[in-house]
Amino acid sequence: MQRSDLAALIGLLAFALFPALAWAGGLLWAVDLASRMLIYGLAALALNLILGYGGLVSFGHAAFVGAGAYVVGILSFHSFMGGGFLGLPGSGSGFLVFPLAMLVSGLLALAIGALSLKTSGLYFIMITLAFAQMIYYLFISLPDYGGEDGLSLWARSDFGPLDIGNDVVFFYLCLGLVLAFTLLKRRLVGARFGWTLMGLRDNPRRMQALGTAGFRYQLAAFTLSGAVAGLAGALLANQTEFVSPSFLSWHLSGELLVIVILGGIGTLYGPLAGAVAFLLLEFLLREVTEHWQLFLGPILILVVLYARRGLWGLVEGRRRD
Amino acid sequence: MTEARTTEPGAPRPLLRASGLRKAFGAVQACDGVELEIAPGELRAVIGPNGAGKTTLISLLAGELKPDAGQIVFDGADITALAAPARAQAGLARSYQITSLFPRFTALENALLAVQARAGHAFRFWRPAAGDPALIEPARAALARVGLEARAEVPVAALAHGEQRQLEIALALATRPRLLLLDEPTAGMSREETQAMVALLSGLKREVTIVLIEHDMDAVFALADSITVLVYGRPIATDRPEAIRKDAEVRAAYLGEEDGGDDRPARQEAP
Ligand SMILES: Nc1ncnc2c1ncn2[C@@H]1O[C@H](COP(=O)(O)OP(=O)(O)OP(=O)(O)O)[C@@H](O)[C@H]1O
Ligand SMILES: [Mg+2]
Repeated sequence: MQRSDLAALIGLLAFALFPALAWAGGLLWAVDLASRMLIYGLAALALNLILGYGGLVSFGHAAFVGAGAYVVGILSFHSFMGGGFLGLPGSGSGFLVFPLAMLVSGLLALAIGALSLKTSGLYFIMITLAFAQMIYYLFISLPDYGGEDGLSLWARSDFGPLDIGNDVVFFYLCLGLVLAFTLLKRRLVGARFGWTLMGLRDNPRRMQALGTAGFRYQLAAFTLSGAVAGLAGALLANQTEFVSPSFLSWHLSGELLVIVILGGIGTLYGPLAGAVAFLLLEFLLREVTEHWQLFLGPILILVVLYARRGLWGLVEGRRRD
Repeated sequence: MTEARTTEPGAPRPLLRASGLRKAFGAVQACDGVELEIAPGELRAVIGPNGAGKTTLISLLAGELKPDAGQIVFDGADITALAAPARAQAGLARSYQITSLFPRFTALENALLAVQARAGHAFRFWRPAAGDPALIEPARAALARVGLEARAEVPVAALAHGEQRQLEIALALATRPRLLLLDEPTAGMSREETQAMVALLSGLKREVTIVLIEHDMDAVFALADSITVLVYGRPIATDRPEAIRKDAEVRAAYLGEEDGGDDRPARQEAP
């Protein structure tokens, strides 16, 4: 087994045991923080598929997280208040709203990706940002759903016998989904699809000359990445029991980029390590000072300077790619 | 001489025919009405001074550049409107004057990427590519073809320049092309490396039709069935190597500074 897989397994074990340890230590509130780490980790894993393996810097992934969150929020709103959204009746069922959140975010990513992937480099960064801002302003202008103030969730999504109103159960739902996507991504990047993405990342011109029409693979990856970000959004809405335009803002897009870079761009497990480190730092610095962001910056710069493949690069040791 | 040879009646249909190809970059007419006919199995050398438009011609044929005017017919089908990937799928492969590989990967992985690029769609999400014999075996064969089998596991960055040039050819070969467009395969090579490359190419000759751009005249005269001389984007002569060697116009335009058996071409800049 590779060192990287071993470290990931240890991490998984630590997470799996975390609620029990937190309970024993009287820190049960920390389970909520751990759930948040997993949710940010899931969004960062999704981003890393196109950022790390595809070489596409999306500065608009908050749009997909936010759209997923709003699907949960809006359908929950209607299930309690009556009425419907675009002919859709409300629903609080997780079995329905979670897949729907993925579908909506995935379709949104398909549309945004189809237009953005015609560009590359700096233009791609700007155009993904611009689309995300459009979605942001769209939701701000919907007074029915709270406008700038956002929307409270009446209840967490209903997963039948699985009561995710319980923080520990919710935590294990997050962990299960993160684990599932990590395993999926592991297969994906090792299969022809992943190789094609990496080839297009490293030398798009040669890939075209060898017979690969790159656009469709990058678009597929972008769409999948958006759908999984939407899933993270659905979880986020449930975790905070609140949906607000801040889930759609470029701050979140930026944070996700920082998390991926901090954890290790193009590594399998790095984005999770990045999410853990980022939220832990945020939490600890916030305890010490209200100007915590002032201290976060330099720490990030140090990591980027001294660990070029991020935190996970330190775990992996010297490796080729 | 030199009217361009036309296909005699009864001659096999050309594998590639380009007519009236034009491409300008601003004021520079890089390709100025190129007519080109390549017979199946032939090895055609294209020579010409620096900036004559040789690389531009290759890029036009491979579909990386769109011509301003003209038509390209490959194996009877008009491919002028096809983009580069579709032309590769049709059986055209090019190599690059400036080595263009996947530097983070090993030699074998590079060849593997080439094999799978040609293998059709890559919407395969589950099976590990690195363990797939349908990819590995042709990739190894392509490496063996250029003499790199012993270097399969070496990352590209650790390969010598000559080896990278060999890999450059291997990638093109891995797509099993019917027409190979080689852009100065010996660029930057030592004398020995050049000789090895000439040996490699003479082995490929007949197996695959080749358009070879080359500055090394020894290599050209050792390999070519016929030679096209390109000057200022225009083919001024196409003929057998012996005739080209004797041709006064060509000597003036291109081989002009040749003396005492030194066959290196005069390097001159385009206006
Ligand atoms: N992308 C481009 N943009 C602008 N001008 C270009 C471009 N590509 C080529 N040119 C110009 O077109 C002319 C032909 O260039 P090309 O590279 O095809 O020549 P070449 O015969 O391959 O030369 P060399 O022997 O140096 O490789 C040159 O004057 C060059 O400067
Ligand atoms: Mg050239």
